[in-house]
Amino acid sequence: MDWGALHTILGGVNKHSTSIGKIWLTVLFIFRIMILVVAAEKVWGDEQDDFVCNTLQPGCRNVCYDHFFPISHIRLWALQLIFVSTPALLVAMHVAYRRHEKKRQFRKGDQKCEFKDMEEIRKQRFRIEGSLWWTYTSSIFFRLIFEAVFMYAFYFMYDGFRMPRLMKCNAWPCPNTVDCFVSRPTEKTVFTIFMIAVSSICILLNVAELCYLLTKFFLRRSKRAGNSKQQPNHENKEETKQNEMNELISDSCQNTVIGFSS
Amino acid sequence: MSWAFLRDLLSGVNKYSTGIGRIWVAVVFMFRLLVYVAAAENIWKHEHDEFECNIKQPGCENVCFDHFFPVSHIRLWALQLIMVSTPSLLVVFHVAYRETREKHNQKLYKNPGKIDGGLLCTYLISLILKTGLEIVFLVLFYKLYDGFKIPHLVKCDIKPCPSTVDCYISKPTEKRIFLYFLVATSCLCIVLNLGELSYLIFKYSIKCHLKRHVKKQQ
Repeated sequence: MDWGALHTILGGVNKHSTSIGKIWLTVLFIFRIMILVVAAEKVWGDEQDDFVCNTLQPGCRNVCYDHFFPISHIRLWALQLIFVSTPALLVAMHVAYRRHEKKRQFRKGDQKCEFKDMEEIRKQRFRIEGSLWWTYTSSIFFRLIFEAVFMYAFYFMYDGFRMPRLMKCNAWPCPNTVDCFVSRPTEKTVFTIFMIAVSSICILLNVAELCYLLTKFFLRRSKRAGNSKQQPNHENKEETKQNEMNELISDSCQNTVIGFSS
Repeated sequence: MSWAFLRDLLSGVNKYSTGIGRIWVAVVFMFRLLVYVAAAENIWKHEHDEFECNIKQPGCENVCFDHFFPVSHIRLWALQLIMVSTPSLLVVFHVAYRETREKHNQKLYKNPGKIDGGLLCTYLISLILKTGLEIVFLVLFYKLYDGFKIPHLVKCDIKPCPSTVDCYISKPTEKRIFLYFLVATSCLCIVLNLGELSYLIFKYSIKCHLKRHVKKQQ
Protein backbone atom coordinates (compact mmCIF):
# COMPACT_ATOMS: atom_id res chain seq x y z
CA MET A 1 0.00 0.00 0.00
CA ASP A 2 1.60 3.22 -1.07
CA TRP A 3 1.15 6.11 -3.41
CA GLY A 4 0.87 3.64 -6.31
CA ALA A 5 -2.52 2.54 -5.00
CA LEU A 6 -3.64 6.18 -5.03
CA HIS A 7 -2.48 6.39 -8.64
CA THR A 8 -4.66 3.39 -9.54
CA ILE A 9 -7.70 4.91 -7.85
CA LEU A 10 -7.27 8.36 -9.37
CA GLY A 11 -6.33 7.00 -12.78
CA GLY A 12 -9.88 5.69 -13.06
CA VAL A 13 -11.26 9.18 -12.43
CA ASN A 14 -9.01 10.56 -15.17
CA LYS A 15 -11.22 9.14 -17.91
CA HIS A 16 -14.15 11.30 -16.81
CA SER A 17 -12.20 14.50 -16.18
CA THR A 18 -11.89 17.57 -18.33
CA SER A 19 -8.57 18.29 -20.09
CA ILE A 20 -7.53 20.67 -17.33
CA GLY A 21 -8.37 17.98 -14.81
CA LYS A 22 -6.07 15.58 -16.59
CA ILE A 23 -3.25 18.13 -16.54
CA TRP A 24 -3.86 18.66 -12.83
CA LEU A 25 -3.60 14.94 -12.20
CA THR A 26 -0.33 14.73 -14.14
CA VAL A 27 1.15 17.65 -12.19
CA LEU A 28 0.00 16.03 -8.94
CA PHE A 29 1.65 12.72 -9.65
CA ILE A 30 4.84 13.81 -11.34
CA PHE A 31 5.71 17.06 -9.62
CA ARG A 32 4.33 16.45 -6.17
CA ILE A 33 3.96 12.81 -5.21
CA MET A 34 6.98 11.59 -7.14
CA ILE A 35 9.19 14.44 -5.91
CA LEU A 36 7.98 13.80 -2.37
CA VAL A 37 8.79 10.10 -2.47
CA VAL A 38 11.98 10.18 -4.51
CA ALA A 39 13.68 13.31 -3.20
CA ALA A 40 12.03 15.20 -0.37
CA GLU A 41 11.73 12.20 1.96
CA LYS A 42 15.48 11.69 1.76
CA VAL A 43 16.25 15.35 2.46
CA TRP A 44 14.12 15.27 5.61
CA GLY A 45 15.14 11.71 6.48
CA ASP A 46 17.78 12.65 9.04
CA GLU A 47 16.08 15.75 10.33
CA GLN A 48 16.06 14.90 14.00
CA ASP A 49 19.31 12.95 14.08
CA ASP A 50 21.22 15.84 12.55
CA PHE A 51 19.44 18.58 14.50
CA VAL A 52 22.27 19.62 16.80
CA CYS A 53 22.15 21.95 19.80
CA ASN A 54 25.14 23.59 21.40
CA THR A 55 24.66 21.90 24.76
CA LEU A 56 25.29 18.52 26.35
CA GLN A 57 22.13 18.75 28.48
CA PRO A 58 20.11 15.60 27.79
CA GLY A 59 16.62 16.32 26.57
CA CYS A 60 17.33 19.86 25.41
CA ARG A 61 17.64 18.79 21.76
CA ASN A 62 14.39 16.82 21.84
CA VAL A 63 12.47 19.65 23.39
CA CYS A 64 13.88 22.29 21.03
CA TYR A 65 13.21 20.14 17.96
CA ASP A 66 9.64 19.60 19.09
CA HIS A 67 9.21 23.31 19.73
CA PHE A 68 10.43 24.41 16.29
CA PHE A 69 8.89 21.57 14.26
CA PRO A 70 5.47 20.73 15.74
CA ILE A 71 4.72 18.82 12.55
CA SER A 72 7.41 18.09 10.00
CA HIS A 73 7.21 19.58 6.47
CA ILE A 74 7.25 16.15 4.94
CA ARG A 75 4.26 14.96 6.97
CA LEU A 76 2.32 18.14 6.20
CA TRP A 77 2.90 17.57 2.48
CA ALA A 78 1.84 13.94 2.71
CA LEU A 79 -1.38 14.97 4.49
CA GLN A 80 -1.95 17.76 1.96
CA LEU A 81 -1.60 15.35 -0.95
CA ILE A 82 -3.98 12.85 0.64
CA PHE A 83 -6.62 15.48 1.41
CA VAL A 84 -6.32 17.09 -2.00
CA SER A 85 -6.72 13.73 -3.77
CA THR A 86 -9.77 12.68 -1.75
CA PRO A 87 -12.45 14.83 -3.49
CA ALA A 88 -11.72 12.97 -6.74
CA LEU A 89 -13.12 9.90 -4.99
CA LEU A 90 -16.53 11.61 -4.90
CA VAL A 91 -16.48 11.70 -8.69
CA ALA A 92 -15.32 8.06 -8.84
CA MET A 93 -18.21 7.01 -6.56
CA HIS A 94 -20.76 8.95 -8.60
CA VAL A 95 -19.52 7.39 -11.84
CA ALA A 96 -19.62 3.93 -10.24
CA TYR A 97 -23.20 4.60 -9.09
CA ARG A 98 -24.27 5.66 -12.61
CA ARG A 99 -22.60 2.61 -14.09
CA HIS A 100 -24.41 0.42 -11.55
CA GLU A 101 -27.76 1.97 -12.58
CA LYS A 102 -27.02 1.40 -16.27
CA LYS A 103 -26.12 -2.24 -15.54
CA ARG A 104 -29.40 -2.67 -13.67
CA GLN A 105 -31.33 -1.20 -16.60
CA PHE A 106 -29.48 -3.49 -18.99
CA ARG A 107 -30.22 -6.56 -16.85
CA LYS A 108 -33.92 -5.68 -16.72
CA GLY A 109 -33.89 -5.57 -20.51
CA ASP A 110 -34.99 -1.97 -20.69
CA GLN A 111 -35.73 -0.84 -24.26
CA LYS A 112 -34.27 2.60 -23.55
CA CYS A 113 -30.84 1.17 -22.78
CA GLU A 114 -28.64 1.79 -25.77
CA PHE A 115 -25.76 -0.59 -24.91
CA LYS A 116 -25.21 -3.96 -26.53
CA ASP A 117 -23.38 -5.64 -23.64
CA MET A 118 -21.83 -5.17 -20.19
CA GLU A 119 -18.38 -4.47 -21.65
CA GLU A 120 -19.69 -1.35 -23.33
CA ILE A 121 -21.22 -0.13 -20.07
CA ARG A 122 -17.95 -0.77 -18.25
CA LYS A 123 -15.92 1.14 -20.85
CA GLN A 124 -18.37 4.02 -21.25
CA ARG A 125 -17.16 7.52 -20.56
CA PHE A 126 -19.76 9.71 -18.90
CA ARG A 127 -20.14 13.33 -19.88
CA ILE A 128 -19.86 15.91 -17.16
CA GLU A 129 -23.46 17.10 -17.05
CA GLY A 130 -26.45 16.92 -14.78
CA SER A 131 -25.74 15.66 -11.27
CA LEU A 132 -22.23 14.56 -12.25
CA TRP A 133 -21.45 18.23 -13.06
CA TRP A 134 -22.42 19.21 -9.52
CA THR A 135 -20.31 16.43 -8.00
CA TYR A 136 -17.34 17.29 -10.17
CA THR A 137 -17.59 21.02 -9.45
CA SER A 138 -17.89 20.43 -5.68
CA SER A 139 -14.84 18.17 -5.80
CA ILE A 140 -12.81 20.95 -7.46
CA PHE A 141 -14.11 23.43 -4.90
CA PHE A 142 -13.06 21.18 -1.99
CA ARG A 143 -9.67 20.63 -3.60
CA LEU A 144 -9.14 24.39 -3.73
CA ILE A 145 -10.15 24.80 -0.11
CA PHE A 146 -7.80 22.03 1.08
CA GLU A 147 -4.86 23.41 -0.92
CA ALA A 148 -5.41 26.91 0.45
CA VAL A 149 -5.80 25.70 4.04
CA PHE A 150 -2.59 23.67 3.94
CA MET A 151 -0.62 26.52 2.31
CA TYR A 152 -1.82 28.86 5.02
CA ALA A 153 -1.06 26.31 7.77
CA PHE A 154 2.46 25.98 6.38
CA TYR A 155 3.01 29.72 6.28
CA PHE A 156 1.56 30.18 9.76
CA MET A 157 3.53 27.36 11.40
CA TYR A 158 6.90 28.09 9.86
CA ASP A 159 6.64 31.85 9.66
CA GLY A 160 7.27 31.98 5.93
CA PHE A 161 8.80 29.40 3.65
CA ARG A 162 12.47 29.76 4.56
CA MET A 163 14.34 27.24 6.68
CA PRO A 164 16.81 29.10 8.93
CA ARG A 165 20.24 27.61 9.67
CA LEU A 166 20.22 28.55 13.31
CA MET A 167 17.46 28.65 15.89
CA LYS A 168 17.77 29.97 19.41
CA CYS A 169 16.04 27.85 22.02
CA ASN A 170 15.50 28.34 25.75
CA ALA A 171 12.81 25.75 26.53
CA TRP A 172 13.33 23.77 29.72
CA PRO A 173 15.57 21.71 30.36
CA CYS A 174 17.97 23.78 28.25
CA PRO A 175 20.01 25.64 30.88
CA ASN A 176 19.94 28.96 28.96
CA THR A 177 19.41 30.17 25.40
CA VAL A 178 21.19 27.60 23.24
CA ASP A 179 21.99 27.66 19.55
CA CYS A 180 20.42 24.82 17.61
CA PHE A 181 21.43 24.04 14.04
CA VAL A 182 19.09 22.57 11.45
CA SER A 183 20.44 19.99 9.00
CA ARG A 184 20.51 20.90 5.25
CA PRO A 185 18.62 24.21 5.56
CA THR A 186 19.31 25.39 2.00
CA GLU A 187 18.23 22.12 0.39
CA LYS A 188 15.08 22.14 2.54
CA THR A 189 14.34 25.74 1.54
CA VAL A 190 14.72 24.85 -2.14
CA PHE A 191 12.32 21.93 -1.87
CA THR A 192 9.86 23.93 0.22
CA ILE A 193 9.75 26.68 -2.39
CA PHE A 194 9.39 24.07 -5.15
CA MET A 195 6.45 22.36 -3.42
CA ILE A 196 4.78 25.70 -2.71
CA ALA A 197 5.22 26.74 -6.36
CA VAL A 198 3.68 23.50 -7.63
CA SER A 199 0.85 23.87 -5.08
CA SER A 200 0.15 27.34 -6.51
CA ILE A 201 0.15 25.96 -10.05
CA CYS A 202 -2.37 23.31 -8.94
CA ILE A 203 -4.54 26.03 -7.38
CA LEU A 204 -4.45 27.98 -10.65
CA LEU A 205 -5.36 24.86 -12.63
CA ASN A 206 -8.28 24.19 -10.30
CA VAL A 207 -9.51 27.78 -10.61
CA ALA A 208 -9.22 27.58 -14.42
CA GLU A 209 -11.14 24.28 -14.45
CA LEU A 210 -13.85 25.76 -12.23
CA CYS A 211 -14.22 28.79 -14.54
CA TYR A 212 -14.29 26.51 -17.58
CA LEU A 213 -17.05 24.33 -16.08
CA LEU A 214 -19.12 27.34 -15.02
CA THR A 215 -18.76 28.96 -18.46
CA LYS A 216 -19.76 25.72 -20.17
CA PHE A 217 -22.77 25.39 -17.84
CA PHE A 218 -24.07 28.90 -18.53
CA LEU A 219 -23.46 28.61 -22.27
CA ARG A 220 -25.35 25.31 -22.39
CA ARG A 221 -28.20 26.80 -20.40
CA SER A 222 -28.56 29.85 -22.64
CA LYS A 223 -28.34 27.61 -25.72
CA ARG A 224 -31.09 25.38 -24.35
CA ALA A 225 -33.25 28.41 -23.51
CA GLY A 226 -32.66 29.76 -27.04
CA ASN A 227 -33.41 26.42 -28.71
CA SER A 228 -36.59 25.71 -26.75
CA LYS A 229 -38.06 28.89 -28.23
CA GLN A 230 -37.28 27.71 -31.78
CA GLN A 231 -37.30 24.25 -33.42
CA PRO A 232 -36.97 21.10 -31.38
CA ASN A 233 -34.87 18.23 -30.99
CA HIS A 234 -33.71 16.33 -34.02
CA GLU A 235 -31.26 19.04 -35.13
CA ASN A 236 -29.83 19.18 -31.58
CA LYS A 237 -29.41 15.42 -31.41
CA GLU A 238 -27.18 15.42 -34.47
CA GLU A 239 -25.24 18.40 -33.16
CA THR A 240 -24.72 16.84 -29.73
CA LYS A 241 -23.61 13.56 -31.33
CA GLN A 242 -21.06 15.42 -33.45
CA ASN A 243 -19.89 17.34 -30.35
CA GLU A 244 -19.55 14.10 -28.41
CA MET A 245 -17.49 12.56 -31.16
CA ASN A 246 -15.24 15.62 -31.37
CA GLU A 247 -14.73 15.57 -27.61
CA LEU A 248 -13.95 11.88 -27.57
CA ILE A 249 -11.43 12.30 -30.39
CA SER A 250 -9.68 15.24 -28.71
CA ASP A 251 -9.64 13.49 -25.33
CA SER A 252 -8.28 10.25 -26.70
CA CYS A 253 -5.49 12.26 -28.37
CA GLN A 254 -4.68 13.89 -25.04
CA ASN A 255 -4.76 10.54 -23.33
CA THR A 256 -2.06 9.26 -25.69
CA VAL A 257 0.04 12.35 -25.01
CA ILE A 258 -0.27 12.32 -21.23
CA GLY A 259 -0.01 8.58 -21.07
CA PHE A 260 -2.89 7.85 -18.76
CA SER A 261 -4.90 4.83 -19.68
CA SER A 262 -7.64 3.53 -17.49
CA MET B 1 3.34 -9.70 2.57
CA SER B 2 2.51 -6.09 3.10
CA TRP B 3 -0.34 -3.65 3.32
CA ALA B 4 -1.09 -4.38 -0.35
CA PHE B 5 -2.72 -7.60 0.85
CA LEU B 6 -5.13 -5.64 3.03
CA ARG B 7 -5.81 -3.28 0.16
CA ASP B 8 -6.70 -6.19 -2.15
CA LEU B 9 -8.89 -7.72 0.55
CA LEU B 10 -10.83 -4.49 1.01
CA SER B 11 -11.23 -4.06 -2.77
CA GLY B 12 -12.81 -7.51 -2.85
CA VAL B 13 -15.20 -6.57 -0.04
CA ASN B 14 -16.20 -3.39 -1.82
CA LYS B 15 -18.13 -5.40 -4.42
CA TYR B 16 -20.64 -6.72 -1.87
CA SER B 17 -21.04 -3.59 0.22
CA THR B 18 -23.79 -1.03 0.42
CA GLY B 19 -23.11 2.63 -0.48
CA ILE B 20 -22.16 3.48 3.10
CA GLY B 21 -19.90 0.41 3.16
CA ARG B 22 -18.03 1.75 0.14
CA ILE B 23 -17.57 5.11 1.83
CA TRP B 24 -16.18 3.19 4.83
CA VAL B 25 -13.69 1.39 2.57
CA ALA B 26 -12.64 4.72 1.02
CA VAL B 27 -12.14 6.29 4.47
CA VAL B 28 -10.06 3.31 5.64
CA PHE B 29 -7.88 3.43 2.50
CA MET B 30 -7.32 7.14 2.22
CA PHE B 31 -7.41 8.46 5.74
CA ARG B 32 -6.11 5.51 7.73
CA LEU B 33 -4.00 3.13 5.66
CA LEU B 34 -2.40 5.72 3.38
CA VAL B 35 -1.75 8.18 6.24
CA TYR B 36 -0.22 5.34 8.27
CA VAL B 37 2.12 4.22 5.49
CA ALA B 38 2.98 7.63 4.03
CA ALA B 39 3.32 9.69 7.18
CA ALA B 40 2.77 8.15 10.59
CA GLU B 41 5.17 5.21 10.30
CA ASN B 42 8.15 7.52 9.87
CA ILE B 43 7.34 9.59 12.95
CA TRP B 44 7.62 6.59 15.24
CA LYS B 45 10.52 5.01 13.32
CA HIS B 46 13.33 5.96 15.69
CA GLU B 47 11.28 6.48 18.83
CA HIS B 48 13.53 4.29 20.99
CA ASP B 49 16.79 5.83 19.74
CA GLU B 50 15.48 9.33 20.24
CA PHE B 51 14.10 8.63 23.72
CA GLU B 52 16.62 10.32 25.99
CA CYS B 53 16.97 10.24 29.78
CA ASN B 54 18.99 12.70 31.84
CA ILE B 55 21.29 10.00 33.21
CA LYS B 56 24.29 7.96 32.15
CA GLN B 57 23.27 4.82 34.07
CA PRO B 58 23.21 1.93 31.53
CA GLY B 59 19.85 0.25 31.23
CA CYS B 60 17.89 3.12 32.72
CA GLU B 61 16.69 4.42 29.33
CA ASN B 62 15.63 0.94 28.18
CA VAL B 63 13.70 0.24 31.32
CA CYS B 64 11.96 3.61 31.33
CA PHE B 65 11.02 3.37 27.66
CA ASP B 66 9.58 -0.08 28.21
CA HIS B 67 7.60 1.15 31.21
CA PHE B 68 6.05 4.12 29.46
CA PHE B 69 5.47 2.44 26.06
CA PRO B 70 4.44 -1.19 26.67
CA VAL B 71 3.08 -1.35 23.12
CA SER B 72 4.08 1.44 20.79
CA HIS B 73 1.30 3.65 19.36
CA ILE B 74 2.24 2.74 15.84
CA ARG B 75 1.97 -0.99 16.49
CA LEU B 76 -1.42 -0.56 18.13
CA TRP B 77 -2.48 1.49 15.11
CA ALA B 78 -1.37 -1.27 12.72
CA LEU B 79 -3.15 -3.95 14.79
CA GLN B 80 -6.28 -1.83 14.82
CA LEU B 81 -6.24 -1.48 11.03
CA ILE B 82 -5.82 -5.22 10.53
CA MET B 83 -8.46 -6.24 13.10
CA VAL B 84 -10.99 -3.74 11.86
CA SER B 85 -10.68 -4.86 8.23
CA THR B 86 -10.90 -8.59 8.99
CA PRO B 87 -14.64 -8.99 9.80
CA SER B 88 -15.36 -8.07 6.17
CA LEU B 89 -13.83 -11.45 5.29
CA LEU B 90 -16.93 -13.13 6.75
CA VAL B 91 -19.01 -11.57 3.98
CA VAL B 92 -16.54 -12.65 1.30
CA PHE B 93 -16.53 -16.21 2.64
CA HIS B 94 -20.32 -16.38 2.75
CA VAL B 95 -20.62 -15.19 -0.86
CA ALA B 96 -17.98 -17.74 -1.92
CA TYR B 97 -19.96 -20.43 -0.06
CA ARG B 98 -23.14 -19.43 -1.90
CA GLU B 99 -21.37 -19.55 -5.24
CA THR B 100 -19.91 -23.00 -4.44
CA ARG B 101 -23.39 -24.29 -3.57
CA GLU B 102 -24.72 -23.00 -6.87
CA LYS B 103 -21.98 -24.80 -8.76
CA HIS B 104 -22.93 -28.19 -7.29
CA ASN B 105 -26.71 -27.76 -7.47
CA GLN B 106 -28.83 -25.74 -9.85
CA LYS B 107 -29.30 -21.97 -9.60
CA LEU B 108 -30.32 -21.32 -5.99
CA TYR B 109 -29.90 -17.56 -5.76
CA LYS B 110 -30.95 -14.81 -8.13
CA ASN B 111 -27.70 -13.04 -7.29
CA PRO B 112 -25.28 -14.65 -4.80
CA GLY B 113 -23.79 -11.24 -3.96
CA LYS B 114 -27.11 -9.62 -3.02
CA ILE B 115 -27.45 -8.81 0.68
CA ASP B 116 -30.49 -10.82 1.80
CA GLY B 117 -31.34 -13.78 3.99
CA GLY B 118 -28.28 -15.40 5.54
CA LEU B 119 -25.88 -12.95 3.89
CA LEU B 120 -27.70 -10.09 5.58
CA CYS B 121 -27.09 -11.70 8.99
CA THR B 122 -23.41 -12.22 8.15
CA TYR B 123 -23.14 -8.61 6.98
CA LEU B 124 -24.77 -7.29 10.16
CA ILE B 125 -22.49 -9.46 12.32
CA SER B 126 -19.43 -8.15 10.47
CA LEU B 127 -20.61 -4.57 11.07
CA ILE B 128 -21.12 -5.22 14.78
CA LEU B 129 -17.68 -6.85 15.03
CA LYS B 130 -16.02 -3.96 13.20
CA THR B 131 -17.64 -1.40 15.50
CA GLY B 132 -16.81 -3.44 18.58
CA LEU B 133 -13.16 -3.78 17.62
CA GLU B 134 -12.85 -0.05 16.89
CA ILE B 135 -14.24 0.76 20.33
CA VAL B 136 -11.98 -1.82 22.00
CA PHE B 137 -8.88 -0.30 20.44
CA LEU B 138 -9.90 3.24 21.29
CA VAL B 139 -10.46 2.22 24.91
CA LEU B 140 -7.08 0.43 24.89
CA PHE B 141 -5.34 3.56 23.61
CA TYR B 142 -7.11 5.64 26.25
CA LYS B 143 -6.23 3.31 29.11
CA LEU B 144 -2.62 2.65 28.08
CA TYR B 145 -1.68 6.24 27.36
CA ASP B 146 -3.79 8.12 29.87
CA GLY B 147 -6.23 9.73 27.48
CA PHE B 148 -4.41 10.14 24.13
CA LYS B 149 -1.74 12.29 25.73
CA ILE B 150 1.91 12.31 24.76
CA PRO B 151 3.90 14.45 27.19
CA HIS B 152 7.30 15.77 26.19
CA LEU B 153 8.77 14.76 29.56
CA VAL B 154 8.17 11.73 31.77
CA LYS B 155 9.65 11.10 35.21
CA CYS B 156 11.02 7.64 35.77
CA ASP B 157 12.35 5.99 38.94
CA ILE B 158 12.49 2.28 38.05
CA LYS B 159 15.62 0.26 38.83
CA PRO B 160 18.41 0.55 37.66
CA CYS B 161 17.73 4.32 37.51
CA PRO B 162 19.33 5.56 40.73
CA SER B 163 16.67 8.24 41.39
CA THR B 164 13.80 9.97 39.64
CA VAL B 165 15.18 10.91 36.24
CA ASP B 166 13.73 13.10 33.53
CA CYS B 167 13.16 11.29 30.26
CA TYR B 168 12.36 13.15 27.07
CA ILE B 169 10.15 11.79 24.33
CA SER B 170 10.95 12.73 20.73
CA LYS B 171 8.44 14.64 18.55
CA PRO B 172 5.60 14.63 21.11
CA THR B 173 3.57 17.33 19.33
CA GLU B 174 3.69 15.60 15.96
CA LYS B 175 2.79 12.27 17.57
CA ARG B 176 -0.12 13.89 19.40
CA ILE B 177 -1.47 15.42 16.17
CA PHE B 178 -1.41 12.07 14.42
CA LEU B 179 -2.93 10.33 17.43
CA TYR B 180 -5.86 12.77 17.35
CA PHE B 181 -6.15 12.12 13.63
CA LEU B 182 -6.30 8.37 14.34
CA VAL B 183 -9.00 8.87 16.96
CA ALA B 184 -11.02 11.15 14.68
CA THR B 185 -10.94 8.68 11.77
CA SER B 186 -11.78 5.82 14.13
CA CYS B 187 -14.83 7.71 15.39
CA LEU B 188 -15.83 8.52 11.80
CA CYS B 189 -15.65 4.82 10.94
CA ILE B 190 -17.74 3.93 14.01
CA VAL B 191 -20.39 6.46 12.92
CA LEU B 192 -20.38 5.04 9.37
CA ASN B 193 -20.73 1.48 10.68
CA LEU B 194 -23.62 2.41 12.98
CA GLY B 195 -25.26 4.34 10.14
CA GLU B 196 -24.97 1.34 7.84
CA LEU B 197 -26.33 -0.97 10.56
CA SER B 198 -29.40 1.23 11.13
CA TYR B 199 -29.96 1.65 7.40
CA LEU B 200 -29.91 -2.12 6.75
CA ILE B 201 -32.11 -2.96 9.73
CA PHE B 202 -34.60 -0.24 8.73
CA LYS B 203 -34.61 -1.25 5.06
CA TYR B 204 -35.18 -4.94 5.70
CA SER B 205 -37.74 -4.48 8.42
CA ILE B 206 -39.78 -2.30 6.02
CA LYS B 207 -39.38 -4.99 3.34
CA CYS B 208 -40.55 -7.71 5.77
CA HIS B 209 -43.47 -5.60 6.91
CA LEU B 210 -44.57 -4.94 3.32
CA LYS B 211 -44.31 -8.65 2.42
CA ARG B 212 -46.46 -9.59 5.39
CA HIS B 213 -48.98 -6.90 4.48
CA VAL B 214 -49.20 -8.20 0.89
CA LYS B 215 -49.63 -11.80 2.14
CA LYS B 216 -52.42 -10.77 4.50
CA GLN B 217 -54.26 -9.03 1.70
CA GLN B 218 -54.01 -12.17 -0.44
